[in-house]
Amino acid sequence: MKVWHFSEMAYHPAWPELRDSYRVIIPNRLYDPKIGADLYHRYLDEWALCDELGINVMTNEHHATATCADSACTIPMAILARETKKVRLLALGMPIGNRNDPIRVAEEYSMLDVISRGRIEMGFVKGVPFEISPANTNPADLMERFWEAHDLILKAMTTHDGPFNWEGTHFHYRSVNVWPRPWQQPHPPVWMPVGSPDSATQAAERGMTIGVLNTGWVRTPPIFEAYRKRAAEAARPTTPQRLAYMALIGVGNTREEGLRRADQILDYSRTSGIVAPQFMNPPGYASVAQSAQALRMSGAGFRAGRIQSRDGRSIDPRKMTIADAIDAGLSFAGTPDDVFDQLRAFYDHVGGFGHLLMMGQGGLLSHEETVANLTLFSKAVLPRLEELGT
Amino acid sequence: MARIDISEVSLEVLLSGEGRPLLFLHGGDYFAQNRSFLERLARRWRVLVPRHPGFGGSERPDGFRSIHDLAYLYLDLLDQQRLNDVVLVGSSFGGWIALEMCVRSVERIGRLALIDTLGVKFSGREQRDIADIYALPADEVLRRTFFAPEPTAPDYTQLDDAEAASIARDRAATALYGWRPYMHDPGLRRWLHRARVPTLVIWGQSDGIVSPDYGEKLRRSLPDARFELIPEAGHYPQIERPDTVADAIERFAPAEVRS
Repeated sequence: MKVWHFSEMAYHPAWPELRDSYRVIIPNRLYDPKIGADLYHRYLDEWALCDELGINVMTNEHHATATCADSACTIPMAILARETKKVRLLALGMPIGNRNDPIRVAEEYSMLDVISRGRIEMGFVKGVPFEISPANTNPADLMERFWEAHDLILKAMTTHDGPFNWEGTHFHYRSVNVWPRPWQQPHPPVWMPVGSPDSATQAAERGMTIGVLNTGWVRTPPIFEAYRKRAAEAARPTTPQRLAYMALIGVGNTREEGLRRADQILDYSRTSGIVAPQFMNPPGYASVAQSAQALRMSGAGFRAGRIQSRDGRSIDPRKMTIADAIDAGLSFAGTPDDVFDQLRAFYDHVGGFGHLLMMGQGGLLSHEETVANLTLFSKAVLPRLEELGT
Repeated sequence: MARIDISEVSLEVLLSGEGRPLLFLHGGDYFAQNRSFLERLARRWRVLVPRHPGFGGSERPDGFRSIHDLAYLYLDLLDQQRLNDVVLVGSSFGGWIALEMCVRSVERIGRLALIDTLGVKFSGREQRDIADIYALPADEVLRRTFFAPEPTAPDYTQLDDAEAASIARDRAATALYGWRPYMHDPGLRRWLHRARVPTLVIWGQSDGIVSPDYGEKLRRSLPDARFELIPEAGHYPQIERPDTVADAIERFAPAEVRS
């Protein structure tokens, strides 16, 4: 099993001033660049440390938000491609239906792959609904644009005989000719975050690795099952190495210490969904059935009820306790033994997976605490993961 | 609902009344609330109300995605049905389609009535002519849309599955056609002089989506237009004041086809 350390590089100093929205409409006068610089450097230091700890690196991106100050997932990767030497680098990832220039995406990923000497893994993401407004992209044909960009990027990275023509529905280039070409052949591994069985089948058909985030004990098994089923039908790999699960992980020398760390990381879950409701479901982003249901629930939004306890109760993420999160399978926390036992129970429950996306920093968890968390995990949990068999 | 097929598009069309043809092009939302207005119109005209491709029960073919596709589709509809001297009425987004039709051809169109129409950009790049209904809080959008939201807007919790799905489809389709550039065609203003047809620009006095001032600008940009303000009405005056708006159109457009 591969482990990846993920942080959203939160700009948490603004949080006390925010109420109904942590995203989209909040003024950036709440961002102090001097404090922001210190935060960027400490988050980068934590990822650089991962190279020594044997934990791989995962970045993501969001826009116009204090929950995630990483607005370009390839920028920290550009720094880490040189600063690290061994670990793999996963950007999960690029919102290719929201970016207007897929060729630029191919160029950025290819450059990173060459500089890192073949350590890049490329994530292509749909993006949460509240990314639509910052990008001002059309929500009603987002996935059509996503798949056209996906096809174009892969063709651009795997074509080595000079320019080709692309006159598609959304993207138009008459001379696609990406330099450099990537280090890995035919191209770096491709990932997609997935939140439903339907999108899992689309990834399975293409042999993509899926990253499953915030789906927990109840929603994860049908997603993994849909992936394995469709991948088998499409003669694509069904191995656990195509499946990744994200969990918030707090490990300590005592149970109390591990739980306290996880509780601070959990501020990620408590804040990241706080968005002014008009940005929660741009028309056409969700299916007609989902939008119709949301309409009848009078503004509750189609994402309501996503966080569920093990026995299927809806949990309000803003008020979620660490006990709730552990019960829901969203967090593994406590002593190294606690973390391993919780992980193994979840692993068995969902039928196995090959990647653990470890949110090892979130919210206000300090640099020192993050270093201690990652270091203890690498010493006392990581060596045991081979017991899981993948 | 009847169906009319025009090449690859199968349109769901509400047909009612007799006499001179009137084509009503609906707006992006609140389709069901047009009922009283359409019943009034049908007393005097032969009324055709197509559901735009992607809306209601009309499928949208692959690649059919622009306001220009809609304009050509409805010009084809007039040709196919051999309709002449048509009274063309468009509300909001539907008024935009009507304008796009008229700058292309007014051959079959005798009168044009534009109700709180959008689609034209008048102001500079940092001003907005059309309120951003996708960025404003829902209750503010409602206040800007109706003079009296309370009795007019539907209670969504009481809708059945089909009704809710129909509204979700309408909203997704409106976004598809109008998201960017936001609810306008940057080139349309340049060609408005081609809409050489007697035009009545009707505006809800309390429209907070596109203001009456925008309506005045639109009237001045058209070759043969007059302006009529509807009191106690917002963005959809034909929903809030169906008789007042129908009266205005009746005064403007004779019931008989020109011989």
